[in-house]
Amino acid sequence: MDGLVQLQKQLVDYTASLFREGFLDDQFNQLQQLQDESNPEFVVEVVTLFFEDAERLLNELSKTLDSSFPNRGQASIDFKKLDAHVHQLKGSSSSIGAQRVHSVCISFRNSCEEQNVEGCLKNLQQVRHEYSLVKTKLETLFRMEKQILEAAG
Amino acid sequence: MKPKNSSSQLKALVVDDDRVTRMTHEALLKKVGVESLASVENGKKAVDLHCNGQSFDLILMDKDMPVMNGVEATKQLRSMGIRDMIVGVSSSRGAENVQQFMDAGLDHFYTKPLTVDMLKAIIDKI
Repeated sequence: MDGLVQLQKQLVDYTASLFREGFLDDQFNQLQQLQDESNPEFVVEVVTLFFEDAERLLNELSKTLDSSFPNRGQASIDFKKLDAHVHQLKGSSSSIGAQRVHSVCISFRNSCEEQNVEGCLKNLQQVRHEYSLVKTKLETLFRMEKQILEAAG
Repeated sequence: MKPKNSSSQLKALVVDDDRVTRMTHEALLKKVGVESLASVENGKKAVDLHCNGQSFDLILMDKDMPVMNGVEATKQLRSMGIRDMIVGVSSSRGAENVQQFMDAGLDHFYTKPLTVDMLKAIIDKI
């Protein structure tokens, strides 16, 4: 029994740290509220969709920015296309409460609007980094939840 | 005894190009008791459903979508005489954007992301 209580406490502490450090915001709580007996895997399912879509969008963003090489001139980048992809990523990250990814997307959209190439490249690096962090954190969270379910028998 | 406007009798349509948002909005609607749901990924598909004779009590309409956006879809639905409650949902907060969307014929507008409380408030207005 002690082991289970310990795991549960670790989960509570870990989840709290994700909110405290800004990785997640209240929208994640909203998602958890939507999970119930009729929809027991909802959070994992919707977050998995987010991972798939985010990875696709990050690839598209890289391709769109890379297509400017070797010129890397403003004229060769399709900022409209870039903005459309960032807009999508901004929307889906906001839907699951991935706050830091969402924040970088806001800056990224500003860079697109200003047609700021260097800004866009920097933002892409930032959003990749934030996405990678939140993905790792959420995977850890889900693993801990699974351990608890298994320990509870 | 179920009240006259019980949410379980309502039929809702989610219109959004982002599948994460579609999934979340569907789950929100189910949570507040709406049992009859459909979802499509752009405004044109929403218009087509109505052209095929479908009607809904509530449409959650995203603003920015490919093929046909929410503003255009709302205008078309209203010009077809469609009286469904259309709630615009968008992450765009700018007053001009919101006004343009409202002017297209929305009943209400909410900023994304939607929450359970916001949806309950919307259902109460139907």
